[in-house]
Amino acid sequence: MTPYTFFILAMFVGREVLSKVPQTLHTPLMSGSNAISGITIIGALMSAGMVGGGWAKWLGVAALIAATINVVGGFMVTGRMLEMFKKKAED
Amino acid sequence: MPAGLIEGIYLFSAILFIAGLKRLQSPVTARTGNQIAALGMLLAVIATLFAQKILTPVEMIGGLAVGGLIGAVMAKRVQMTAMPELVAAFNGFGGLASALVAAAEIVRVVLSREIAAEVPPSAFPYISILVGMVTFSGSLIAFLKLSGKMTGNPVEFPGRYPVLIIGTALIIASIVWIFFGGDLILCLLMLAALAFIFGILIVLPIGGADMPVIVAFLNALSGLAAAATGFVLSNSVLIISGALVGASGMMLTNTMCVAMNRKFWQIMVGGFGGDSQEEGAGKLADGRTIISTTPDDTAIMLSYARKVIIVPGYGLAVAQAQHQVRELADVLQEKGVEVKYAVHPVAGRMPGHMNVLLAEANVPYDSLFEMDEINHEFESTDVVLVIGANDVVNPAARHDRSSPIYGMPILNVDQARAVVFLKRSMRPGYSGVPNLLFFEPNTRMLFGDAKDSVSELITEVKAV
Repeated sequence: MTPYTFFILAMFVGREVLSKVPQTLHTPLMSGSNAISGITIIGALMSAGMVGGGWAKWLGVAALIAATINVVGGFMVTGRMLEMFKKKAED
Repeated sequence: MPAGLIEGIYLFSAILFIAGLKRLQSPVTARTGNQIAALGMLLAVIATLFAQKILTPVEMIGGLAVGGLIGAVMAKRVQMTAMPELVAAFNGFGGLASALVAAAEIVRVVLSREIAAEVPPSAFPYISILVGMVTFSGSLIAFLKLSGKMTGNPVEFPGRYPVLIIGTALIIASIVWIFFGGDLILCLLMLAALAFIFGILIVLPIGGADMPVIVAFLNALSGLAAAATGFVLSNSVLIISGALVGASGMMLTNTMCVAMNRKFWQIMVGGFGGDSQEEGAGKLADGRTIISTTPDDTAIMLSYARKVIIVPGYGLAVAQAQHQVRELADVLQEKGVEVKYAVHPVAGRMPGHMNVLLAEANVPYDSLFEMDEINHEFESTDVVLVIGANDVVNPAARHDRSSPIYGMPILNVDQARAVVFLKRSMRPGYSGVPNLLFFEPNTRMLFGDAKDSVSELITEVKAV
């Protein structure tokens, strides 16, 4: 499979799976999917992990910090929001 | 760790992302969905650390620790009312990270002659930098607007289009220059700076009421930036995840546009939907006037109603009256009144804004109804309480062809027996159009801060 195949297929899967998300969960969907877009963290780790990379490495470290904020903050805040929705389900 | 195993773990992470997102289809399963997605991310990070054999632990672990700490503090500290700007901020960080990774990759490839000879020149790193930086600066402006650190009105200035066109030309020129052996660092800095300015120019003219569209759009961009970075690194999990997020953001953008009956390009042109400061008239040309009411009169109406529907809008978020509204609903329900909430898709400043706000106040999500579910129920409703909403209930959208909101699907509150608007003043909604519903004989206006008004209503209802 070429990278393009992955891309198109994933877009299609995303559309199919996510069009059924109810309006009530649109904000958690945004913040949760945003945390997933922090997957760039992997690229950042590769760049930051370079030995003797100079410029490239420090760009990577900066990217790593930004991506980790995105990932950790994004999943945590989504969790916090969904926690509020859960309470009601059990009341 | 063999490359095949790592590839396998990445693929498994991507599957966990899809499985996690699927669980967002219901509030009951959503929480585990988020945890599944987070697990996928953790696995991918661990696999990468082992693949790289943690070559430079200080930089790698240090970066993770610093970013993780900042992210955790931001996520813990934020008030639920500040959620729109936080979502915008996290979006921005994602875009920035993608742009930086692409930049690092360009620098790495070009600085090492051997690699440069092997890697064919590609446009993806530059696309990644462009989209990533636009996401970053666009989200920054959205953050400033949503947090009130900057005006929520559209900011327009002359010469925006010439500036955008010249900017586009310069961006193309700097990419071409790189391919023809220009100074790489200089070109990259120029490209990043231009993209940064672009993002600002795109979001500045967007008015407050169009914010849900732009927030969803920036969400899509952050995904596409990650996917572009995936193409740069030929990394499948980045491509898949980025595409998923891109699809999610585009779907939301489209949903928001449909809910406003506006085309995406019309919103991007901007200039629409500020937080109008002008005072509207309390009287129409034909002599009809508004009828204001008092908390105790409204309390009597509510107490003797069989069915009440509450329509929340951005004004509710501004006044932070969600807890009071929930309490009012509780008090009414104790008196045997049926209380439901009707939420318009574009109420508030981001998709699902009202739902999160009310969830924070412990409003059960099954008493919140989407427009299509509840629109037929207004006919059989005794009192509709419109709190801080305006355009989403303006009947002009139905029949006034000259109205800027003509064609927008609205909540049919005018079909209810009585409507009470809780408003701060006669300021019109974002569209600037007067709402004729204010002047209907069965409409009452309850002026004041929403929080104070609802508090008074609670006291009065209890006293009835």
